[in-house]
Amino acid sequence: MSDEALIRLSAVAKTYGQGQAAFHALKGIDLSIAAGDFVAIMGPSGSGKSTTMNILGCLDTPTSGSYQFQGVHVERLAPRARTLLRRHFLGFVFQGFNLLARTTALENVELPLIYRREPVAKRRAAARAALAQVGLEGWEHHSPAELSGGQQQRVAIARAIVTRPVVLLADEPTGNLDTRTSQEIMNLISGYNRDQGITVLMVTHEPDIAAHAKRVIRFVDGRVASDDGNGEVS
Amino acid sequence: MLWNTLLLALRAIRRNLMRSFLTILGIVIGIAAVVTLVTLGNGATRSVSDQIAAMGTNQLMVVPGQRFGPGSELGAPSFKIADVDAMRAQITSARGIAPVVSKAVTAVNQTHAWSTQVTGTNDEYFLAGNWEMAAGRSFSDTEERAGKAVCVIGETVRDKLFGRESPMGSEIRLKGFSCEVIGLLKSKGQAAMGQDQDDTVVMPLRTVQRRLSGSQDIGRIMVSVAQGVSMDAIKLQLTSLLRERRKIGESEDDDFRVMDTRQLAETLTGTTRILTMLLGAVAAVSLLVGGIGIMNIMLVSVTERTREIGIRLAIGAFEREVLLQFLIEAVVLSGIGGLLGIALATGASIGLAGLMDVPYLFDPGINLLSLLFSAAIGVIFGFFPARRAASLNPIDALRYE
Repeated sequence: MSDEALIRLSAVAKTYGQGQAAFHALKGIDLSIAAGDFVAIMGPSGSGKSTTMNILGCLDTPTSGSYQFQGVHVERLAPRARTLLRRHFLGFVFQGFNLLARTTALENVELPLIYRREPVAKRRAAARAALAQVGLEGWEHHSPAELSGGQQQRVAIARAIVTRPVVLLADEPTGNLDTRTSQEIMNLISGYNRDQGITVLMVTHEPDIAAHAKRVIRFVDGRVASDDGNGEVS
Repeated sequence: MLWNTLLLALRAIRRNLMRSFLTILGIVIGIAAVVTLVTLGNGATRSVSDQIAAMGTNQLMVVPGQRFGPGSELGAPSFKIADVDAMRAQITSARGIAPVVSKAVTAVNQTHAWSTQVTGTNDEYFLAGNWEMAAGRSFSDTEERAGKAVCVIGETVRDKLFGRESPMGSEIRLKGFSCEVIGLLKSKGQAAMGQDQDDTVVMPLRTVQRRLSGSQDIGRIMVSVAQGVSMDAIKLQLTSLLRERRKIGESEDDDFRVMDTRQLAETLTGTTRILTMLLGAVAAVSLLVGGIGIMNIMLVSVTERTREIGIRLAIGAFEREVLLQFLIEAVVLSGIGGLLGIALATGASIGLAGLMDVPYLFDPGINLLSLLFSAAIGVIFGFFPARRAASLNPIDALRYE
């Protein structure tokens, strides 16, 4: 494994609770992901895939082991620095969309740019462009309640990529969608990976969704059970 | 960052317009109630002191006992006519000295009856009380000395008993005797405490003492001071004269009071001020209830707000930014509530002041205080639930059901 890896997890473990009640969600994960990769993380519930995702997304810290993002040890960063890392390098798409209610699509997409202190005109233009890219031109002023599930997830994707993140983290992005809409969403995500070189990390338990990825990692019981792309990482 | 956060807060208020409105409704009503009641109370207080000032600054009132009010205090004897005569003889710089005996009596003529206040006094009473004659005359020395049954009536008594007819020369019956109306007083309107000053019948002191009160006692003595004469000097003279006449030893306190109009105003406005405070306190309870309403709505919406906080934290907001947003949101919201409340109170106060016939006085203190109070309610009840939510891990906040 070379130092060029974008993300490197070494012996990452996560334990919830203490003593008798301790639950070992992750029992030593070694993982290295190159820039531009498209990784699907699969596994049954409780296998540690969501915990891994939270650690990768800098939302959570490992109990032990190290997480290097572009060579920076994330586990050593203060919460404020991890927030900045999220703000500038990461984009999130969730299963439940997690849009702000009674807020227009445009305003939802603008939100991360507001925290990045982008000037109004610039962020509005960027948000419009991002919505157009996900095929929601003309829907800018609709609130989430007025949009279908697929459309809501498109808004969420637009919100995640409007900052041109290095990594897009998607936690079961199609979990609440029907098959056809799921395929459309996956085509969208694949497109960002292919055309803009955004690294995609995605949790899913549907094989046909995972099929869009270049590399599939399977978790069982807090460990990596199989990794079909491991060898390909130079 | 502050401007940015202010925009975020305003946007959050705008997109939850209905919830925002319901949240501040309690504050609006609470503030309006407090400000209206205190403003009206201040107006009433002012109205009382204005009317006392209108009596003139050149008046003194001598009453037995140390307490002001109807009835004499135990152990403090009433004045007698000899006291008045002594004052007249010794206090030469007084413009007028009038003894006053009051009695509530029903006045009757051929067609009507009216319950009124009869005052027994001398003709200096009209001078001392700033009364003018609308018609007829005051009583003469002879009538005074003889205790003749003659009277001067106020406008209200004239209206109730005689309607459109001229009262002059007519007889009215008071208890067991008739008296002739010889004069009509010019209308003065309502007095300080709301009683009708024109609802009065004035007659010679001796007549009242003999036929109505049945005693030689004099309830109080009015002293009118000439222009340019020091009130304090006259007060001192009156006090030493009365102490001597009432045989009060060096070490004893006065058993009477000499009050000027300013002291009288203080005594009376003190009462309305207490009433104002009392009303304000009752209204403050409604403000508190309004605050509890805010807390309630904030807690109900905390699920949604918690998810919102989770989203903001996940996409790169600092905890501090989110908190500041919620703080500004709460303060702006309750500030708007406070301003609306003050606007409502101003409208209501002007309207009610007109109805109640008291002046409208803008009191910056109570307005500022209620604004600050509403802001504080916003911070306490709006901000603290948000702080709890913001201290959650973003993952937990996102999952919050």
